[in-house]
Amino acid sequence: MTSGPETRAEFLSKPHGFTTRVLDSDILHSFKQSKLTMVAAFVTLAFIIGAAFAPWIAPHNPFDMASIDLMDSLLPPAWEEGGDSRFPLGTDDQGRDILSGILYGARASLAVGFASVLFAATLGITLGLAAGYLGGTFGTIVMRIADIQLTFPSILIALLIDGVVHGLFEGVSRADTAYWVLIVSIGLSFWVQYARTVRASTMVERNKEYVQAARLIGIPPGLIMLRHVLPNVMGPVLVIATINLAVAIILEATLSFLGVGMPSTQPSLGTLIDIGQDFLFSGEWWITIFPGFALAALVLAVNLLGDWLRDALNPKLR
Amino acid sequence: MTAFIIRRLLQAVLVMLVVALIAFLMFRFVGDPINQMVGIETTPEQREALRVRLGLRDPILVQLARFIWNAAQFNFGTSYQFKQPVSEMILQRMPATLELSMVSAIFALIVGIPMGVYTGIRREAWLSKLFLTVSLVGISLPPFLIGILLIFIFAVNLQILPSFGRGQVVDLGFWSTGLLTVSGLKALILPAITLGLFQLTLIMRLVRSEMLEVLRTDYIKFARARGLTERAVNFGHALKNTMIPVITVTGLQLGSIIAFAIITETVFQWPGMGLLFLQSVQNVDIPIMAAYLMLIAFLFVVINLIVDILYTVVDPRVRLDGGAAV
Repeated sequence: MTSGPETRAEFLSKPHGFTTRVLDSDILHSFKQSKLTMVAAFVTLAFIIGAAFAPWIAPHNPFDMASIDLMDSLLPPAWEEGGDSRFPLGTDDQGRDILSGILYGARASLAVGFASVLFAATLGITLGLAAGYLGGTFGTIVMRIADIQLTFPSILIALLIDGVVHGLFEGVSRADTAYWVLIVSIGLSFWVQYARTVRASTMVERNKEYVQAARLIGIPPGLIMLRHVLPNVMGPVLVIATINLAVAIILEATLSFLGVGMPSTQPSLGTLIDIGQDFLFSGEWWITIFPGFALAALVLAVNLLGDWLRDALNPKLR
Repeated sequence: MTAFIIRRLLQAVLVMLVVALIAFLMFRFVGDPINQMVGIETTPEQREALRVRLGLRDPILVQLARFIWNAAQFNFGTSYQFKQPVSEMILQRMPATLELSMVSAIFALIVGIPMGVYTGIRREAWLSKLFLTVSLVGISLPPFLIGILLIFIFAVNLQILPSFGRGQVVDLGFWSTGLLTVSGLKALILPAITLGLFQLTLIMRLVRSEMLEVLRTDYIKFARARGLTERAVNFGHALKNTMIPVITVTGLQLGSIIAFAIITETVFQWPGMGLLFLQSVQNVDIPIMAAYLMLIAFLFVVINLIVDILYTVVDPRVRLDGGAAV
């Protein structure tokens, strides 16, 4: 690297396309520095690809009744005595392949995780922007609700919302609505963090000159918030979202494990662990332990990525 | 001081009123309470009569006031599913949950604090690094998975501890305790570890960072300069000053321990309030859900209030003007 600060001429003479900016950024540099982060990124990516392409990668389709044979039920992993090489991680009581189950389960877990984080972030950012920019009674009410909600653990709120939604849609089977109910209950229990962070940064940005200038030339408040303030408050939101993804996956798994999440006909990792728990005592440990390890690995990897992102985006730590 | 306590009290009452409003809306508008109480053969006239008798035709504000009045006396009506008074059912199961929560909080404290002190003093020791790595894994693992792993190791493979229930309980009139029998104590071990593990890692990390902070201060340097033993410096001077945040956090965590007991109670089939609440969510048994919500909210508000007030008593530096003290 060159020593000393760049001169203006040097800086301008370099290419500044998007690719160069990414390749030259501090973030990529700090990414390359940490082996652990690279492993975490690899594991996360592997999970996402495995989940997204599950129907093509998975050796079996656990939901295709025609391909399931009860003769194959409760087979141990391939390396154990009595194992079958067709089912590397064994099968459950209905003869479904555990490995395929994990791939499809990760699909459900990640889908709910991403969607609920997106929902929570959209809701939280909108309310936080409005509360911070407009202030007044509206802002106070939003923040009061946020304060009260923050006193309760998210698992309690998600469980309550789950119960209420099922009560409101009496007669509709849980299997049909499972995805949506989960996304709404997890999303609604997480919006507070986004709202508080965005409101705090918005209140700082609101008084800066570029916002005043935008107001002066008559841009409507909605457009100022969206086009000028929003991009400047997104940094911390990204960090929260990454860490939130891990928490959302845990929360989804917990709800499914408790029997109020994904049904056993379209299981997530939590449902698989719940199903397998009954077989722990009869010696069929692989039905619950493998999905458990998959869940732990996924959550740990996303957590490590979030930790790294928080440090990399924090200029104080450079 | 008095003004501060009064303001905090008013805030607490406001929170309880908001929660009561939510509970009331759930009770009144989620599902039809009448449908849940009567059979199919009840005629519309009988239903209407029951509706009037229960006051469901009164103005909504009157109903809300009645609901709050009843809730204040811990009366939440009858469970849809079990046809028993909700307050009785909850009171019956409360000892199990409170015993579990208290034991796991104590476990978290007596294991977490020494671990935190050790990792704070011996930063470079391999054992410290092991503790920190394990605690990161502990935070990443969902509690129910930890419970299952513990069952797998200690109940299935080693077969030394029971995997479900409370064991033998002794009835002390209004309180049934599992702390007085061997089987009760054995049954408590795995659930208490499962529930306390997250708090343990939290306390350990907190004590560690507080120790690191305190050990850098001048009065510790001065204590060393006076020639005090390492032991006296670390435990007599440093640890004492880390205790205020630890007490605060533990106090605040007590509420979440009780709420997170829902998961632990499900894994170990522990007959407490959390298991009852989960069953009520699965069956949309709104009276139990509403009662549990109010009870947990009450516990949270009281704990927050006590911690806030204690904080100002213990640490006079806390600003009394302005809003939040934490």
